[in-house]
Formats: sequence, structure tokens, C-alpha cells
Amino acid sequence: MSNAATFDTRTDTAIPVESPLAYSYRHSGAPRGSGYRLKLRERAMLGHLILRGGAIVLDEAVRDVLGISLPGQPQGLVQDASGERSIQWLSPDEWLVIVPGGEEFPLETQLRERLGDAHFAISDVSGGQTLLEISGEAARELLMKTVIYDVHPSNFPVGKGVTTVFAKATTILRRPSEERWELVVRRSFADYCYRWLLDAGSEYGVNVEQ
Amino acid sequence: MFYIYCPYCGEHREEEEFHPKGQAHIERPKEPEACSDEEWGNYLFFRDNPRGVHHEMWVHAVGCRKFFNMTRHTVSYEILETYKMGEQPSITADSQNQPREAAAVSDQEEVRA
Repeated sequence: MSNAATFDTRTDTAIPVESPLAYSYRHSGAPRGSGYRLKLRERAMLGHLILRGGAIVLDEAVRDVLGISLPGQPQGLVQDASGERSIQWLSPDEWLVIVPGGEEFPLETQLRERLGDAHFAISDVSGGQTLLEISGEAARELLMKTVIYDVHPSNFPVGKGVTTVFAKATTILRRPSEERWELVVRRSFADYCYRWLLDAGSEYGVNVEQ
Repeated sequence: MFYIYCPYCGEHREEEEFHPKGQAHIERPKEPEACSDEEWGNYLFFRDNPRGVHHEMWVHAVGCRKFFNMTRHTVSYEILETYKMGEQPSITADSQNQPREAAAVSDQEEVRA
């Protein structure tokens, strides 16, 4: 076990917490209704970890601890059977792990124990970013006018994730399933992205699930 | 707009995701103390400005955030190749000019013969 100082950044359950979009819901509203073609949902308070190091060493550790392997290809995204835990390729020596909220600190501790003196870094970035889910029949159409990346199914199959520009903000765009897209945005950009999504989606009709 | 192939991501991406970072393959002198002022000044301030093939360093700022090298033509702005850091370019000013020179030499020889 390395001598890195670690601590659980998650607040005590007795302390009230608000999602990064709480402000946006109050100020911009959360449209609901029928006849929508676009559905938004925030998956707040998940555990986000950034893993850095050699692919082979990290792959063995992650497989032992989490039960899924690192994506073998650039732009890869792998999930466990439940779809709740995922690992995404960000760069040749960097991966983003997303797990249900509260699991990130035990996972980090286990990985540190398993990796021992290997050359690696684990950063808990749970407080810095949030995940937005976009689904509905107009989801791809909305992305087409917002993202500079080609989101056609031939170029963006399920199981792919890229870091790219979403309405001038740097975001991670991923496609965990056929009809669902995920945006991982910085907390400080969450309100901007949310309002962009409401505005860009208004022509299709938006339904925000809270 | 360029459509740039990132050697780390393994695919083409929009230019918007990249930043140019100046001339590539600039090596810091091993012993700065032993450099003359001219050598140090050349290393620090003076860059090539060729007409033709030029090697540049770029960074995939919004994607994988890795630096890589790119060979471009300064007249046509064409991207001839991109390659990872630490690798050597397969296209250089010499390799571009060589076939033409070789052809010119063989022409002369034919004339002489």
C-alpha cells in the first residue's frame, strides 16, 4: 500500500446535499409534460475516479477489484452487467471510472492496496463533475447541432465515449446503450449545459426527470 | 478547417479540439552552462521558417490531451503526416526533394551520355 494520504470526500448522510443542477432547476425550471421527444435526467452524486498509469498493471487490478477490464481500444467504454459501473478510455494512460455514489472511496482504497508500489495515480473527481442522461427519439438530432463530433451510428456505436466540445464546453460524450447518451460535464459548466439543452431541445419538446 | 488525425486517439478529429505548439524536435542543450550566448539564444528564441516541409508540435487539447508531431507544407498548408512524440518523421524536406534531385541527376547523365 502506498503512503498516499486519502480520505472519504463524501459528506455525512445527515448533511443535506444538492446536485450540481439544483440551482438550474430553481432558476430555469424543469419542464415536464407529454408529447416530448427528448428526455433529460441527471445522475447526480455518482462516484467518479480518474485512474492513471500503465494499462497492463491497472487492467489486472481493476479486473480483480471491480470485475471489469479496461477498454482495450481508444475511445472505448465498458460496463458491468448492471450498467451501473463503467470504465472509459480518456487517453493512453488515463481512464474514467464511474460507480454508484458511495462506492468510490472503498474502490479507491481497494485499488491502492492491490496496486501496491506500482506507478499509478488515482484521483477522486466525484465533486467536480456530474452526469447527464439524454434519451428520446430526438437525442441524436440534438447532439448533431451541439457537438462537433460525428454522432452518426456508423461512427459512434454503442460502447464508445469521446472527450469533445459540447456547445463550447469540454465534455465527455458516451453512448452506453442504443437509445441512451451520457454527458459527463464539469460541475461549473452544468448549469450552462443544462440551459443549452433546454434551449436546443425546445423544438422537440423536453421532459426533465428529477 | 483541418481534419486532424490524432495518433493517440487513432482517428480524425476537428481542428477545434487541437492547439498548435510551435516547432517540433527542439532539443534542450545537454549542458546549458557550457553553451555560448549564441547557442543558447538560438535554442531559446530562433525558429525555422522554411518554405515547404515543416515539423510542428500540436496538442489534442480537448481530446486525450497528448502532444504529438505533425509534418506540414507551409505553402499549401497540407498535413503530410502526424506521429507520436519521440518518433521520427517519415516525410522530411530531404525525402521530399530527393526524388526530384535524383531525377535531375539522371537527366544530366543522360545528356552527358
